[in-house]
Amino acid sequence: MKLITVSGPPSSGKTSVILKLIDSLRESGMEKIGVVKFDCLTSFDQIRYKEAGIPVEIGFSGKVCPDHFFISNIEDAVRWGVKSGFEMLITESAGLCNRCSPHISEIPAVCVIDNLSGVNTPRKIGPMLKFADYVVITKGDIVSQAEREVFKFNVRQVNTGARILFVNGITGQGSFMLAKHLSRAVDITTLSDMHLRFTTPASVCSYCTGETRIGEEFQNGMMKKMTFTPSVFYKDTEEIEEPAEKGGVEA
Amino acid sequence: MTDFYDLAEKKSVGEIRKLYPISGDFFDNMNLSALAEDVPMADALEKSDPEWLQELGTDTDGVLEQFCEFMEALTSPQEETALIREITIVGGHDKNGMPEKAELTVKPGEVISIVGPTGSGKSRLLGDIECMAQGDTPTGRRIRINGEFPDEETRFELEGRLVAQLSQNMNFVMDLSVRDFLQMHAKSRFCEDPESVAEQCYACANDLAGEAFDISTKVTQLSGGQSRALMIADTAYMSSSPVILIDEIENAGIDRRQAISILTRQDKIVFISTHDPMLALSASKRIVIRNGGIAKVMETTEEERASLSVIEELDDTIMRIRSMLRAGEQIIPGHFAVPAAASSDEA
Repeated sequence: MKLITVSGPPSSGKTSVILKLIDSLRESGMEKIGVVKFDCLTSFDQIRYKEAGIPVEIGFSGKVCPDHFFISNIEDAVRWGVKSGFEMLITESAGLCNRCSPHISEIPAVCVIDNLSGVNTPRKIGPMLKFADYVVITKGDIVSQAEREVFKFNVRQVNTGARILFVNGITGQGSFMLAKHLSRAVDITTLSDMHLRFTTPASVCSYCTGETRIGEEFQNGMMKKMTFTPSVFYKDTEEIEEPAEKGGVEA
Repeated sequence: MTDFYDLAEKKSVGEIRKLYPISGDFFDNMNLSALAEDVPMADALEKSDPEWLQELGTDTDGVLEQFCEFMEALTSPQEETALIREITIVGGHDKNGMPEKAELTVKPGEVISIVGPTGSGKSRLLGDIECMAQGDTPTGRRIRINGEFPDEETRFELEGRLVAQLSQNMNFVMDLSVRDFLQMHAKSRFCEDPESVAEQCYACANDLAGEAFDISTKVTQLSGGQSRALMIADTAYMSSSPVILIDEIENAGIDRRQAISILTRQDKIVFISTHDPMLALSASKRIVIRNGGIAKVMETTEEERASLSVIEELDDTIMRIRSMLRAGEQIIPGHFAVPAAASSDEA
């Protein structure tokens, strides 16, 4: 079975791209394709997959970090896929933060981003874009050729080696080439001995375990503090209540 | 090729920035702005806090490696396309499996129009050209480049660079002035002199647009016609793609004939899917699509060319009426049949 990981910011068109990709794969003779969707709280995409006759499983990370959730379930997903006799299993990860990336060393990694998301967005997305093998740009049909080229250039800046493809999630234009690329993926039966391409975010602080109260006395575990420099309007008065031990502002 | 490892060993970040302005983007992207600027880059990295680099998910060697990859990828115009002398469409079949008897070769500077009812398969043809179909798309068509069927590698290599597209539902979304926008595009195309290319492009766009606009206007504030004019000028002067696929050019305040001729003058191969008689007939050939297949390829005849001038006159008349309306004038029947000169003093 071939495994493909697909990630991307919310509403970038991941599900549409995957549906069109599956259409193209089916046209080329691949029939048994399954999808596992990883999301945070809720999702409606499983309906779209079911409508297209695609076997789909869905998992919600809920209170757990989405990236940690993905990595602790991906092996089971692979087992499910192998048992189902899929020729290809596609995982769709939604709700990831820009620090996240579900990409695995030997597994083809796709990142979907859209042309409307702002010219500097590729430079801000981080590992899920930076470590992808294929970057799929969507919604290119509603911006000019110039913006597509500039956007592609900005993607290239962040990921110098990726294949960059434009796919129209509505008409499917471009999905044919994506399918051609991905059908070259190697077959696997297990993920053991494989590695994530990028470390997952550290998450062992009091807030990870359900703390909601605000204040230094409630902050334990892995914490990181920002440094604030005095603004032009900064007043050195004692009116503002400062925490007992440390000063709120380091001069 | 420049040895960027060597560069990083010898030159400071400040010097590298001066030598290669594009490197600034790398330092910004990596959030490395705090790196010491006065010692060689490699030393500056060596001296920096390892924990800080760890936060960025990397280490000194990792940064250097990424720096070199970045510089190699972004200082050479690797996206340039090989010279295209001709493109041939070899027929496949229509939706019922009936074979298309077409084989059509197109050369730079040529315009081919694609006509047919909505949903007949015009977009599919444009799609086949874009992906250089090799009998592996539903139409079974095959595309030859310079007389040869491209192998898989060439297809992957050319992918996304062969074709530029222009359609009527395209907008600008970037919040930039026309000048900044064009310069940004020029920069991404590795132009030697982005400023003058931007100026040239702007002048052309302004020529094309019915209403003039300033170079400091935000691209998002341009009218429909101005946007289209800017897109066409930009595609002609800056896009490296040798083939242009156009999905109808709306006639709002833009000279369509001039638009097409700007593109062909830059030696582009233009395919235009259109219902506009003037555009369809100004092409040397037109492909008629029916039921998903190429029903026939027609050469524009002498007779058609002759009627083209009548159609152009009609079009001029419509354009004239439009500008009169815009100028707040009254429209009277006498204006319709009159050739261009008569109403010019009223405008």
